[in-house]
Amino acid sequence: MTVEQRARSLGVHLVLIAYSALAVGPILIVVMNSFKARNAIFGAPLAPPNASTFSLIGYEKVLRTSNILTYYSNSLVVTLVSVALVLLFGAMAAWALTEYRFRGSTALALFLSIGIMVPIRLGSVAILNLMRSAGLNDTLTALILVYVAQGLPMSIFILSEFIQQIPKDLRDAARCDGVPESRIFFEVVAPLLRPAIATVAVFTIVPIWNDLWFPLILTSSDATHTVTLGVQQFLGQYITDWNSVLAALSMAILPVVVIYVILSRQLISGLTSGAVK
Amino acid sequence: MANLRIEHLNKRFGAVTVLNDVNLSIENGEFVVLVGPSGCGKSTLLRMIAGLDGASSGDIHIAGKFVNTLAPAERGIAMVFQSYALYPHMNVRKNMTFGLKFTGVPPAERERRVAEAARMLRLEELLDRYPRDLSGGQRQRVAIGRAIVREPAVFLFDEPLSNLDAALRVSTRVEIAKLHRTLKATIVYVTHDQVEAMTLADRIVVMNKGRIEQIGKPLDLYYAPANLFVAGFIGSPAMNFFEARVESVEAGRAHVAGAGFRSLDLQAMSLKVGDALTVGVRPEHLVRGTEGAFAAEGVVELVERLGESSFAYVRTDDRLFVAEVRGRQTPAPGERTTLIAAVRDVHVFDASGRRVSAHTTEATR
Repeated sequence: MTVEQRARSLGVHLVLIAYSALAVGPILIVVMNSFKARNAIFGAPLAPPNASTFSLIGYEKVLRTSNILTYYSNSLVVTLVSVALVLLFGAMAAWALTEYRFRGSTALALFLSIGIMVPIRLGSVAILNLMRSAGLNDTLTALILVYVAQGLPMSIFILSEFIQQIPKDLRDAARCDGVPESRIFFEVVAPLLRPAIATVAVFTIVPIWNDLWFPLILTSSDATHTVTLGVQQFLGQYITDWNSVLAALSMAILPVVVIYVILSRQLISGLTSGAVK
Repeated sequence: MANLRIEHLNKRFGAVTVLNDVNLSIENGEFVVLVGPSGCGKSTLLRMIAGLDGASSGDIHIAGKFVNTLAPAERGIAMVFQSYALYPHMNVRKNMTFGLKFTGVPPAERERRVAEAARMLRLEELLDRYPRDLSGGQRQRVAIGRAIVREPAVFLFDEPLSNLDAALRVSTRVEIAKLHRTLKATIVYVTHDQVEAMTLADRIVVMNKGRIEQIGKPLDLYYAPANLFVAGFIGSPAMNFFEARVESVEAGRAHVAGAGFRSLDLQAMSLKVGDALTVGVRPEHLVRGTEGAFAAEGVVELVERLGESSFAYVRTDDRLFVAEVRGRQTPAPGERTTLIAAVRDVHVFDASGRRVSAHTTEATR
């Protein structure tokens, strides 16, 4: 490597490191301070917890005084069910739209892509009315329905691209083999979509888990609150219980990190290698 | 095993005609190769036999059964793809049995068929491997194995050797020929490689622009091409063509003259004075000499040495033709030479490109 190349690569790395620090810093401060006593949070916000400042008071309060476990399970149920439905319907729709030519298929594809361009929140009032008249107000089902609608357009878009990359010969071979169309999708195409499905899953999970807006307008009782909404009760207009807020936030981060780590293992590309050529 | 009959088959995509009135009858156990330049419709024809593409009009019968309306799996065919098209997430055994599950073959029978195909194709060691761990030749054998276990009436091969390197292509070619003998299967095989076509086929179907140009035994196509296209397509290097004209007809002999060669006497047949003709001679039928039925004289411009023979590019009257010169004595560039050919090796085509010279098949030689 020449000096110039080395300098350039050093420069690139400096920029990347600075950006990473900027992105990770606040999260680190939140997690760090969640393990400190109240005085220490205000006294030295940037210092890591030590023997004298370490305290689990925030976690204790959160677990004791609030329904955090309910919120947690609500968030998990809503997120996982939504993602599962988005992936299933998204992949099936993408397959249908790319593989079969039928009357109105182009119009249908355009209609579905509108969802990418128009944010679903614009329809909040209508959604609220709809859910109320459907009797789904203040239920997790309402949230799931909204999130499936929110996630589908993008997942169809991404999965269509991936499906087009699957060699056509593979589907033809399966047809010659006598494999029924549904089995071609579930047993030949879907396994090859694994990297794409992991990508779509990550893109779908994060906004659902972090969403505050729809739980705020669609759920009213404690039993249906999600984590992001539940945390808000520690943020008062006059008093904020920082120990609890930071502890609850730290706990809220955890599942997303775990899911991401699991899925990133699935993001192995080149799964189709060996299929053709 | 079964016969295959295709009648008045057409395929159009909008205004584009891909296949134009194709008629073809293939006997039980016959190995038929469809050959032609890319875009001639040979792959489309194969896909239509398979049922992967629909016909615009015309009938396809397999084993006497009208199959146009049947799905690929119901036609009793098995197809081997150029890209192998193995299921990448299944091991070799699963690749072969996957389709059988859906066609009602009981598990014990599946195992028996896989074992037999694996033995035939020397795949026993590879049954638990995945396609990504196999070499190109092994993958192609698995693809063939997947076709064999279906026990189809007709095997369809779509350029199966195109992705293999030269050495492997030759050995796999031999293997396919052996397989045909063992299975006594009806095979339709698509290729653009005329060597594959010549070596494998019982009969060759030469296609061009969606039409069948000629159907015949390999050597018939070589020695008696029905038209200019087949004459130019079969044989490498391609046949030399000379423009010519009938000068006179006397006592059943036609005297033909043209650019690039000395005059030529032919049986008159239906030739008339003034008819425009094309005279064709294969490079391998030209030898150095002085007097022959056909003789062309020129200056050697370029010599390609292949070892067992050399290709001499000879210029005469502003055009080049090729002669294959055998032996160690190769002509040198700049040398003036005369090349002659026997009358039986001279092909004559009329203005529409159809053959007019007598058919000299191998049997008559």
